Amino acid sequence: MNSLPMAVSLNGERRELATGTTLDTLVAEFTATGAGVAAAVNEAVVPRSRWAQTPLGEGDRIEVLTAVQGG
Amino acid sequence: MSDDRLTIGDTSFDSRLIMGTGGASSLDVLERSLIASGTELTTVAMRRLDPTVQGSVLSVLERLGIRVLPNTAGCFTAGEAVLTARLAREALGTDWIKLEVVADERTLLPDPVELLDAAETLVDDGFTVLPYTNDDPVLARRLQDAGCAAIMPLGSPIGSGLGIRNPHNFQLIVESAQVPVILDAGAGTASDVALAMELGCSAVMLASAVTRAQEPVLMAEAMRYAVEAGRFARRAGRIPRRHFAEASSPMAGMAALDPERPAF
Repeated sequence: MNSLPMAVSLNGERRELATGTTLDTLVAEFTATGAGVAAAVNEAVVPRSRWAQTPLGEGDRIEVLTAVQGG
Repeated sequence: MSDDRLTIGDTSFDSRLIMGTGGASSLDVLERSLIASGTELTTVAMRRLDPTVQGSVLSVLERLGIRVLPNTAGCFTAGEAVLTARLAREALGTDWIKLEVVADERTLLPDPVELLDAAETLVDDGFTVLPYTNDDPVLARRLQDAGCAAIMPLGSPIGSGLGIRNPHNFQLIVESAQVPVILDAGAGTASDVALAMELGCSAVMLASAVTRAQEPVLMAEAMRYAVEAGRFARRAGRIPRRHFAEASSPMAGMAALDPERPAF
């Protein structure tokens, strides 16, 4: 397993991750359950069921969203 | 359960007041306002997850048993709005979306071209779409033809509290609508809400008018009754407007009590 760092954008901030990091690992840093949370990689929704099978790559743009007060 | 329910898509509601959650000073005030309003459907926005934020609007809505209606607030293009809707569906497990695509930050007025484009895409994708739209009868018809489940025209700009600036357009929209017409944006106080219902709106959506009132919980209760009063008045059928008076007491049988006036 290659652990060289790669740079991604996470909610608009630069993050360095080990190469091969998958989306579920990254989201788990934010929230234990993932309830009420959705993620997009490079402007495409990734369903929760596929987070563990979604490896992140250099330069990926990741958005992790939830519901807040609004409207 | 009343016999006069609001039906949107395949779901019916006893309450005809849709509340937003934006602008509340705290989750506690929000919760008490939601209870006072009697709402059964409440909007939330989708934003970047901030792990430092304590408490969640979702847990409040879940505790109160209120259905969540995600919106696409802040989106300026159809593409952004469609992606936001899909993220909301994934996060919240609902295919209902309050579709907002605005043209600029100063007015927050809907961009009709982007709005219709997004509505068509989302309807095709299986969403129940409730679009925030201009008070334009033609655009309302186009949105309905696109398969939207309701039409949500603005009374006046979001947060302005200017009420319904063009009641005539609301009448035109209501007359040709086969789906619920819901006043969205502009309500400032209870009379605005009652007017919307008297004009034939099926429901009212508001947030700022309650959350930014000096006493939000009291205003929420006022809005609840205003919706009901306006709805009752609409169903009852108002009297026609007249130019001159029409006495409500009979003239026949009047006594002769004025010595200046001949008794016969």
